[in-house]
Amino acid sequence: MTETAIVNGLTIIFISLGVIFSLVTALGLIRLPDVYTRSHASSKSATLGVLGILAGTFIYFWLAEGHMNSRLILAIIFLFVTSPLSGHLIGRSAYISGVQPTDLTEHDALKQVIAEKKRKQ
Amino acid sequence: MAFQILLNFFLALVWMFMSVSFTSATFIIGYLLGLFLLILMRRFFNERLYLFRIWAVISLFFLFMKELFLSSVQVFLLILKPRMNIRPAIFEYDTVLKYDWEITLLSLLITLTPGTLVLAVSDDQKKLYIHAIDADDIDDAVKSIQDTFEKAILEVSRT
Repeated sequence: MTETAIVNGLTIIFISLGVIFSLVTALGLIRLPDVYTRSHASSKSATLGVLGILAGTFIYFWLAEGHMNSRLILAIIFLFVTSPLSGHLIGRSAYISGVQPTDLTEHDALKQVIAEKKRKQ
Repeated sequence: MAFQILLNFFLALVWMFMSVSFTSATFIIGYLLGLFLLILMRRFFNERLYLFRIWAVISLFFLFMKELFLSSVQVFLLILKPRMNIRPAIFEYDTVLKYDWEITLLSLLITLTPGTLVLAVSDDQKKLYIHAIDADDIDDAVKSIQDTFEKAILEVSRT
């Protein structure tokens, strides 16, 4: 009785954490001003959101159904490695193809470097 | 490090052959005995004992987890704030790391830290260009990168 309560509690905590973070990511994509700040939201909160949902699913099937699914663990590890990488690549390609950061941006160390590189080509 | 692990496996295999029992329990016993032998012989290796490096990797993983959670909470608070007065900035960061895998790992960690995102790595791989979501935090971010991440990565790669 208490065991199922603990299992259900853990599952609820993990999955609701994941859902909340995913929701906040979506809100962030609407509210933040430019590509770079949006990529902050999408590369961090989204990772944790999906991670939480996968971990919750894993815990539920492992403890409540007695079925340990190692694919979920693999999926968590893959996500962990690939999602900050995709955030970096999107930001980088946006910058190189000339997408301007918002006017709020105070200081830009990369501008000259990219300009220099373009001039050389 | 790979040599030490291989040697430990080999010693476990020798133990299995000596005790003529080929079960995983015997392998584990042989592995532990071999580990003990390696600890006794540690002065003959050029590198540190591989256990230290494995410990460094594990602590790096927990650092990763902690930073991911903290940064998500920070972004969470930022997005839910009714008046969003952010001041983004792009700054340079000089790294002391040399190898490709170290720099990749550092970029992954920085991307997951609160409020920072790696935009580019310079051609000579000495500078990282980092986008910070709040210009006030730059000093803090630089300090935390130097003190925690670079140190943890150097701890893994130290011989």
